[in-house]
Amino acid sequence: MLKTLSLTTLAMAGLTSAALAAGGDGKITDKDFSFEGPFGTYDENQLQRGLKVYTEVCASCHGLKFVPLRTLSDEGGPHLPEDQMKAYVAEMFVADEPANQHLYDPELEELRPLKPTDNFPAVNSAGAPDLSLMAKARAGFHGPYGLGINQFVQGIGGAEYIYSLLTSYTGEEKEEAGVTLYENTAFPGGWISMAPPLYGDDVEFDDGHDTDLSHISEDVSAFLMWTAEPKLIARKQTGFVAVFFLTILSVLLYLTNKRIWAAAKGKE
Amino acid sequence: MAGIPHDHYEPKSGGEKWLHKRLPIVGLMYDTLMIPTPKNLNWMWIWGIVLTFVLVLQIVTGIVLAMHYTPHVDEAFASVEHIMRNVNGGYMLRYLHANGASLFFVAVYAHIFRGLYYGSYKAPREVTWIIGMIIYLAMMGTAFMGYVLPWGQMSFWGATVITGLFGAIPGIGEALQTWLLGGPAVDNATLNRFFSLHYLLPFVIAGLVIVHIWAFHTTGNNNPTGVEVRRTSKEEAKKDTLPFWPYFVIKDLFALAVIMVVFWAVVGFMPNYLGHPDNYIEANALATPAHIVPEWYFLPFYAILRAFTDEVWIVQFAGFITGGVIDAKFFGVLAMFGAIAVMALAPWLDTSSVRSGRFRPMFKWWFALLVVDFFVLMWVGAMPAEEPFNTISLIASAYWFAYFLVILPLLGVIEKPLERPATIEDDFASHYPSKPDAASQPAE
Repeated sequence: MLKTLSLTTLAMAGLTSAALAAGGDGKITDKDFSFEGPFGTYDENQLQRGLKVYTEVCASCHGLKFVPLRTLSDEGGPHLPEDQMKAYVAEMFVADEPANQHLYDPELEELRPLKPTDNFPAVNSAGAPDLSLMAKARAGFHGPYGLGINQFVQGIGGAEYIYSLLTSYTGEEKEEAGVTLYENTAFPGGWISMAPPLYGDDVEFDDGHDTDLSHISEDVSAFLMWTAEPKLIARKQTGFVAVFFLTILSVLLYLTNKRIWAAAKGKE
Repeated sequence: MAGIPHDHYEPKSGGEKWLHKRLPIVGLMYDTLMIPTPKNLNWMWIWGIVLTFVLVLQIVTGIVLAMHYTPHVDEAFASVEHIMRNVNGGYMLRYLHANGASLFFVAVYAHIFRGLYYGSYKAPREVTWIIGMIIYLAMMGTAFMGYVLPWGQMSFWGATVITGLFGAIPGIGEALQTWLLGGPAVDNATLNRFFSLHYLLPFVIAGLVIVHIWAFHTTGNNNPTGVEVRRTSKEEAKKDTLPFWPYFVIKDLFALAVIMVVFWAVVGFMPNYLGHPDNYIEANALATPAHIVPEWYFLPFYAILRAFTDEVWIVQFAGFITGGVIDAKFFGVLAMFGAIAVMALAPWLDTSSVRSGRFRPMFKWWFALLVVDFFVLMWVGAMPAEEPFNTISLIASAYWFAYFLVILPLLGVIEKPLERPATIEDDFASHYPSKPDAASQPAE
C-alpha cells in the first residue's frame, strides 16, 4: 500500500492547493490558447494585436509596471522589430504620479522620456490594478469539489478568466454607495466596478484581423499571459530537454541497477 | 549498540597511513559508503536520498536567488519579478526552488509514513525518529518563512494568520507575537528576520541530517521485515546485508532519476499548479483575500487547527475546567502541535513487539485508514470553514489522535502477529529463490 502513497501525495498536493485559487464562482469559458499544453507557444502576431488593444484601451487605466519595455522585442514574445519597439517607447505617455517618480530628472525638472531599459509606467489614474501579473493572479478553474483536478486538463485558466471577464458583461448597471457597478457573469459576486472596456471594433489591425469583441478579448488575454509569464517558451524548452535526458539517464541507471543486483538475486 | 560488524578501511600506501594517523577522514568516508545495508530493502527506502538531494538543491538555488532578492517590503515583490524577467535563468531558479519545496514535502511524507508502517521508530531507533521529527519541524518553519519572502498576498496573510497562533497562548501570547514579528503586525521587520532565518535554518537542517544518518548508521537500517541483521559475526552479517556502494547507491540514483523526470516535467510545464494565484498579487495590508489557505503541505495540520471550534464539547470542557484559559483558538493550536507530538511519541505509544506492518494483520488496516485520514485532512484543510467540512475535519482529526493514543497502544495487546522470517537472508531468498548460494556474492 505504501508504493502508491508517494504518487497519491503528489496528486493530492496538486488538487488541494489549486483548489481555492482566487476567482471563485464566476462562469469561465474554456478557450484554446496557443500557449497551452507542454508544447504550446505564443503566437507573435496575436501578442502584437494584444499589445495594440492594451495600448489603445487598457493603458488609460491599467499599468504594466513589472514589464521591461525592451522585452517587447524579445523572441518568444511580441517580437517587435527593434525600431518599432523604440518608436513605441518614445511615444509612451507617463503620468506624473508618485509611482513613476523614479523617472524624475532634476535637470529637466520633470519626468524624463522613457528608455527601452525602463519598465512600462505605472498607471493609477482610476485606482485600477496593475496588469503585469494578472493572468497568473487569477484561476479560471477550481472543480470538481474544489479539488482543482480539472486544472490538469484545462490549465489554471488565468487567461480564460480575463477573456471571460471581458466578454461577460450583461449590460445591467446598478448604483451602490455612489459607485456604479456593472453586471458581469464571470466576476465573483456578479458585479464589477470596471465599466465594459471593450465593445468590439475598438481598434483596427494592420493585418486586417477580426476586431469583434471575442477576438480582441482573446488577443489581449494572450498578451497579458505573456506579460505575466514572458519566459514561458524558454521554460518549456528547458523542461523538455531536462525530461528527455533524465529519461535516458533513468533507463541507463535501471539497466546498471539490474546488472549490479543480478548476482545477489541469483539471476546470473 | 555496536554497529553491524564489517570490514573497515585499512590504509595501504605510506601517504594514506600518514593521513590516517592524523585525521581518519578517508576511513570515515569509506565506512559510511560501505555500510552494511539489509539487502531486502524495498522501494520505499529511497526517500532518504531524495530528501538529501532536495536539501542540496534548495540550498544551491536558494543561495543564488538570495543574490538577487531584496528583503524589504517596498522591493521584495518587484525583486522577485526582477529575478523572473531580468536575471539569466532566474525564472528557472525560482521555479525549481518553489517546486523543490513541494518535492521536499512529498518525499518527507512518504519517508515518515514508511517509518510508521514498517515500525522504523521502534527500539533501538527512537533517537533517529526523534531527530527526524525535529528535522520535519525545522522544514516546516523554513518553508513557512520562505513562502513569506515573495511578499504576495498569501505570503502576507499566511504570515499574519500563522504568527497569530502564538498570540493565542494565554498570558504571554500577545507579547510573544509582537516579539516574533518585531512589531505589532507583519511588516518590514518580520520580512527581514524571516529572510535571515530562512537562510539559516537549512544549514541547521543539514547538521541534523548528519546526526540522523549517524544515528541509523549506529543502529543499522530497519527493513521491510523488521527482523534485525545478525551481528554475532561478520560472516552472518554478510549473509543479511550488502554494502551501500554500489548496490544501494545505484538503486537510489535510479529512483532519484525517475522522480527527477516527474519533477522537471512539473517545473517545465506546470510550475504554478502547486502555488496560489493570490501570491502574484503584491501584499496589501488593507485587502484580505477571500480565503487564506496555507501551502498544500501544511493543510492536514491546518485542518486540525481549525477543527476544534467553540461548538465541540471537548473544547467547552477544556475551557470549563481551566476557567476559560484554554479557549477554542488556543485549543486548536495545542491540537495542531499535539498532532505532531503524538507522532513523535510513537516509539513509546506503540506497544507491539513486532516492527513491520507486514506481519501485523490488524495494524495494516488501521494504518491504511491513517493514510486515507491524512489525505482527507489535506482536502478539508483547503475548504472554507463551513459545513460539512467542519464535521469532516473534526472526525478526521479525532482519528489522527485515536490512532496514536488509543489504537497503537491497544493493538500491541490484542493483535496476534503473523509468523516472521527468522533472518533477512531467508526473506530475501524467498523472493529470489533460484540460486540462494549466489546471494552473498558481490557483483563484478
